[in-house]
Amino acid sequence: MVKQKLVLRFPSTLVEQPVIYHLVKDYDLMVNILRADINPKKEGRLMLELSGGEADYRRALDWLQAQGLTVMNLKQQITWNEGRCTHCGACSVICPSGALILSRPEMTVHFDEAKCVVCELCLKACPARAMETLLENAK
Amino acid sequence: MGVQRTYEEINAKIKSGQAVVLTAEEVIGLVEEKGIAEAAASVDVVTTGTFGPMCSSGVFLNFGHPQPRIKMNEVYLNGVPAYSGVAAVDAYLGATAIPLSDPGNRNYPGAFNYGGGHVIEALVAGREIRLEASSYGTDCYPLKKIETVFRLSEINEATLFNPRNAYQNYNVAVNRGDKTIYTYMGILKPRLGNANYSSAGQLSPLLNDPLLKTIGIGTRIFLGGGIGYVAWHGTQHNPGVERGDNGVPRYPAGTLAVIGDLKQMQPRWLRGLSFLGYGVTLQVGLGIPIPILSEEIMAYCAVNDDAILAPVVDYSRSYPYREGGNLGLVSYAQLKSGEISVNGTRVPTAPLSSYAGAREIAATLKEWIRAGKFTLAVPAAPLPSVEAGITFKTLPQRHPEEGGF
Repeated sequence: MVKQKLVLRFPSTLVEQPVIYHLVKDYDLMVNILRADINPKKEGRLMLELSGGEADYRRALDWLQAQGLTVMNLKQQITWNEGRCTHCGACSVICPSGALILSRPEMTVHFDEAKCVVCELCLKACPARAMETLLENAK
Repeated sequence: MGVQRTYEEINAKIKSGQAVVLTAEEVIGLVEEKGIAEAAASVDVVTTGTFGPMCSSGVFLNFGHPQPRIKMNEVYLNGVPAYSGVAAVDAYLGATAIPLSDPGNRNYPGAFNYGGGHVIEALVAGREIRLEASSYGTDCYPLKKIETVFRLSEINEATLFNPRNAYQNYNVAVNRGDKTIYTYMGILKPRLGNANYSSAGQLSPLLNDPLLKTIGIGTRIFLGGGIGYVAWHGTQHNPGVERGDNGVPRYPAGTLAVIGDLKQMQPRWLRGLSFLGYGVTLQVGLGIPIPILSEEIMAYCAVNDDAILAPVVDYSRSYPYREGGNLGLVSYAQLKSGEISVNGTRVPTAPLSSYAGAREIAATLKEWIRAGKFTLAVPAAPLPSVEAGITFKTLPQRHPEEGGF
């Protein structure tokens, strides 16, 4: 069994393809959509969690890439620049997934990449701008 | 009566490396265990700290004269305007200043990515700063325009002067409205979605000397990672608010104006901040040593988060429209637990002031004192306290032509 959070980027020519349908029907994967940003004739972005058999998962990734989609690991999409973080904790009530937490009683901020759903709310909620993204169309 | 100490005695112990110094957090446990009398007998100094956003901050700069000389009329530092209505090459850069090109809240909520606070951080970090200045030209100051770059070490003076820092207690901000609001207290989600607070509580300088019995004009402090001084009471200083039996104010009360040489400070403790939909500010690291002159002073320093209360204020109506009132008082112990109860609703809390930073500042100041590098300054004059009878003023809105006097 594989369980992996991914970001799929669609070129504008591919946004109308029924990608999820093929992932389920042809590769027997379970799909949990975390966030989708798909608009007609524009580059699209889909964040999802895929789970299924190892071989099916590998074949599905090959197929996605063959279709012209860019596949990235969701974990690395939002990064915590610890040097900029002042450990104020303002992010901790804004982050909806519990990825950014204020540990008590230390009162220090921690970022758990695995829980991040790339909602990007932290990017501007952090006064010190310690949360960063590699996604071009973020902001 | 108990133990009595003078500043001179404490400083003699500091210089001989024998002073006993504890942070305001460490002393709580000592007093609980040994009692006030014994704690006062054994401890010479208690150190405090706070590391929060402090908008009323800024730096006086003197750039030196170019050749020919200039009387700067408009000054921009990395595009951020500085006030130049002082002498020729003097200016004051405020923490909340934003570039003229910043769209503000026209694209609501504005991002406010860069401003005075960030320029101050860049200055302290020794980074190159772009200076643009213009003038109308005079016989003595003929140059009309200059564009150049400089670093902090190349100018005559950079004096951090913050008219209001170290608020003694502060509001807990909530939003009772139906839409998210963007405030200097951070993002407040609708229908009591979160409660934001901004005080170090038991570590905060003025909460450990609630009646200002030791902190006065000339008190030497930790400021921005270097050494600074208390210059005056801060703006909006309001010692007359309601207090608990422990002397601790239940509402925002005293404030400090502080001063220090920016050239010996550290960027780690002066950080430019961007508050979504509100603006730019500076996060200031500040710590004050409190001399244990008597048991009374030790009792104040032993205050803990359970004994410090703050009002919960609605920033959707009550604060902006000055309607007054609050939604009850909560303790910093409750706030730091991560959840408070407001009118029966459980509300998650978040700080804006870094408690981890406050703790590190208090520990750093303790080390400076223990190492004999930092002695205590005897205040030249006290700050106004409760007996000063200060009444807090608001601004009347009169039609200038009606007069009314």
